[in-house]
Amino acid sequence: MNSGVGLLSIVTFLPLVGVLAILLLCRGTGEDAIRNARMAALWTSLTTFVVSLFLWFKFDPGTAEFQFVEHVEWLPEFNIAYRMGIDGISLFFVLLSTFLTPICILSSWTAVQVRVKEYMIAFLALETLMVGMFCALDLVVFYIFFEGVLIPMFLIIGVWGGARRIYAAFKFFLFTLLGSVLMLLALLMVYLEVGSTGIVEALAYSFAPDLQIWLWIAFFASFAVKIPMWPVHTWLPDAHVEAPTAGSVILAGVLLKMGGYGFIRFSLPMFPEASDFFTPLIFVLSCVAVIYTSLVALAQEDMKKLIAYSSVAHMGFVTIGIFTATNQGIAGAIFQMLSHGIVSAALFLCVGVVYDRLHTREIARYGGLVHRMPAYAAVFMVFTLASVGLPGTSGFVGEFLVLLGAFEVNTWVCFLAATGVILGAAYMLYLYRRVIFGKLERAELQTMLDLNPREIAVFAPLVVLVLWMGIYPSSFLDPIQMSVQNLVDQHQAAMHAVGEAAAVAAKGH
Amino acid sequence: MDMTYIPAVPEIVLACLAMALLMAGVFGLERGRTVSWLCVVSLAVTLLLVLAGGTDRVVGLGGLFVTEGFAAYVKVLVLLGSAFAIVMSLTFNERESLDRFEFPIVILFATLGMLMMVSANDLIALYLGLELQSLSLYVLAAFRRDTLRSSEAGLKYFVLGALSSGMLLYGCSMVYGFVGATGFDAIAAAVGEGDEPSLGLVVGLVFLLAGLCFKVSAAPFHMWTPDVYEGAPTPVTALFSVAPKIAALALFVRVLMEPFGDLVDKWQQIIIMVAILSMTIGAFTAIAQENIKRLMAYSSIGHVGYALVGVATATEEGVRAVLIYLAIYLFMNIGVFACILAMRQNGNAVENIADLAGFSKSRPLVAGVFAALMFSMAGIPPLAGFFGKFYVFMAAVNAGLVPLAVFGVLASVVGCYYYLRIVKVMYFDEAIEEMDRPLPSEIGIVAGLSAAVVVLFVIVPWTITDFAGTAANTLFAG
Repeated sequence: MNSGVGLLSIVTFLPLVGVLAILLLCRGTGEDAIRNARMAALWTSLTTFVVSLFLWFKFDPGTAEFQFVEHVEWLPEFNIAYRMGIDGISLFFVLLSTFLTPICILSSWTAVQVRVKEYMIAFLALETLMVGMFCALDLVVFYIFFEGVLIPMFLIIGVWGGARRIYAAFKFFLFTLLGSVLMLLALLMVYLEVGSTGIVEALAYSFAPDLQIWLWIAFFASFAVKIPMWPVHTWLPDAHVEAPTAGSVILAGVLLKMGGYGFIRFSLPMFPEASDFFTPLIFVLSCVAVIYTSLVALAQEDMKKLIAYSSVAHMGFVTIGIFTATNQGIAGAIFQMLSHGIVSAALFLCVGVVYDRLHTREIARYGGLVHRMPAYAAVFMVFTLASVGLPGTSGFVGEFLVLLGAFEVNTWVCFLAATGVILGAAYMLYLYRRVIFGKLERAELQTMLDLNPREIAVFAPLVVLVLWMGIYPSSFLDPIQMSVQNLVDQHQAAMHAVGEAAAVAAKGH
Repeated sequence: MDMTYIPAVPEIVLACLAMALLMAGVFGLERGRTVSWLCVVSLAVTLLLVLAGGTDRVVGLGGLFVTEGFAAYVKVLVLLGSAFAIVMSLTFNERESLDRFEFPIVILFATLGMLMMVSANDLIALYLGLELQSLSLYVLAAFRRDTLRSSEAGLKYFVLGALSSGMLLYGCSMVYGFVGATGFDAIAAAVGEGDEPSLGLVVGLVFLLAGLCFKVSAAPFHMWTPDVYEGAPTPVTALFSVAPKIAALALFVRVLMEPFGDLVDKWQQIIIMVAILSMTIGAFTAIAQENIKRLMAYSSIGHVGYALVGVATATEEGVRAVLIYLAIYLFMNIGVFACILAMRQNGNAVENIADLAGFSKSRPLVAGVFAALMFSMAGIPPLAGFFGKFYVFMAAVNAGLVPLAVFGVLASVVGCYYYLRIVKVMYFDEAIEEMDRPLPSEIGIVAGLSAAVVVLFVIVPWTITDFAGTAANTLFAG
């Protein structure tokens, strides 16, 4: 069965065409070559985004089946093939990746002045790997994309990062790798059980309960580091603080979502019994993450670090939502990830704006910016409120759905998570007050310029999306719905079967 | 007894060519470069003959010599490794005034020994091949005889190598004493007969394995490796790291799978321990290294550990994984050494990792190749090195050796650190002193070729895996 190459492969590998163009056409180190490299990267990523929009237009929200499926033989004797396809769960993650990449490239237009060509190549390669990971329908292909992301990200943090970039880059790389290699072994086990590396086949297979526990743990090791969950989140603040602005944007916007996506795609449907068994663990870790990292965020002096800790807290919501195994919880988790992808990316960009002007991220060095930069203050406010979860912004929908799902399953979890919302409001508004309001006293702040047209072009689509997702979430929730419903139905059927088997066994005794 | 010499034709031709070239060198051809190219041609001729031999199992020379797809596959790798090493030595030897015609010819004799090892079907044949190889390599290690380190490397290698040969011979004599035969087929028959093998046979096997571990530099018999790698001239180190390793690992596989295949429950535990030790020592001791050749020595110890994971499975799938691993390892290592040969400052070769600082700015292309090779060695997809490990671990999981596989992947994370450190020095640190330009063209070609293999493997993996599958199959069919 060779169904050839289609739209998904085009979206996935189009950025590599840009890489080739930069490598072959932008020779030399002159100003022209650098400008051409920037333009090539921007146009490639914009084209990729436009092409990826066709996925959304052509997507059939009425089915939970995988769509745009591609299948090319690769290692037939092992039944490993290049399988691609998306469903409602992965659709928007693909779009998120293609949407954020041009924004990243545009945002680093002037901020990055050294090794511009390599920088652009790294981002385009990263885009290919991210999109490929969300589209992969084969475990080995998935793993290759999942792990391949480490290479460009390591270089982005290490080459264009801040003062402690080397420490951060190594920590990022080794932490995530350690989790991933265990998942690799689990993938091999799955393959040996199922006899194929197709994700569709693996999802249809029911694993023995004992095996499920081990496989779940191995997958958990990888995704928990990636998402990241407390207590393995420590690489994230370091990586965020040291990465260049665009690196933080991709890291927060897309890379963290790989963990959540993995939980939804693999852990929950493939190992339903193990997921059920470990749900209390997840809830405890997530509640700790929500409350503890929120408190830590309150105490931060560095803007990026504060937002990084807030990411960990928001991802705590996501894991709670996923493992409620309810329709609202999972849909909310996906929505929350999309929202966080845009909001946290935007917040990092906001930090980048002032960092480009003053070259510090220390909160105490700022204050009263609203007097010099009204447009910036407005934009920053939108994203702050979205991060807090104000109704009408994207942040509200996801958090509300997650809390709804959690309430059905466990009211205490819901209660603890809700306190996280309050703490979230506290640290974000506190940050906003210290940076934007107050008196404009420092001399160096007097000369700060407001957003320039390029920066407005970067923020405008983000603001639109945040409001769109908040006011009319249906355009995003509808395509997700069928896939999530199917996932929940499968999960409940599996749990029901287990319950019946247990009842039969009890009778037998 | 079939006395046909047909299966040994490539070896016979190579021996004749090597001796002819030696005569030519003595009586006229003074220029090292000409002889070197002729040697490469000889290796190419041998390669064609090996390919023409086909993949059927043929036993010749009275049962001493065997060839099949497995042997052919490994021989191709060995010949490629030697040819690359000779090509890479061309400019280096001229610059370091080592361009003597003996250099490539000794490599030819070493290669001949390796080919004989791969095809050995008898303990005596095994020993002959091994010694021809080893003696030539001792000479090569000490080839820069007027420097202290090179002489030290040669002497160390010789003394320790002789010790290991002694152990191997002792093991052979034990086996012979308890089985009454030296031919692999006869040993296999004798081992397969009884229910419980005699203790003497097992002791002999252990000594044999110890000797072989020495040759592949598996821990705990790896002590010679860092010193010899560091002291030997760099192209010789490049040769050491590939051709003899590949040949010795193939010998390892053949000895364990063919004559001692029925003793798997005896030797499997040994191989597992050796694999674990090698992976651990390779991963941890490399972290502290400052010299890149020493680092590569520890890296190769680690890689042997991964290959031995495949051997430990004792399955056809495992052997296939080993063969794939060896092919990828060959290209990665050759590429890395080409990059190391590109490290020259002010006309002198430099070997410290710190000297690579800022390499990515002064030589972006070479640094890019080097970085890709390092990520590949670390086993990060989508590069080829990942697939080497992938097949090995798949075989291990399939054979029920899950704890070993878990250990292997964890060691690979530790090992990742020092490969990343090289990337870090090249890309993140500022240059202290720039590297010389331009690069000798043949070094550039070898580095580019290996980078192409490492990067493009993911697109066309079957080019290597299919051959490896056939090769492993012929070993088990016989």
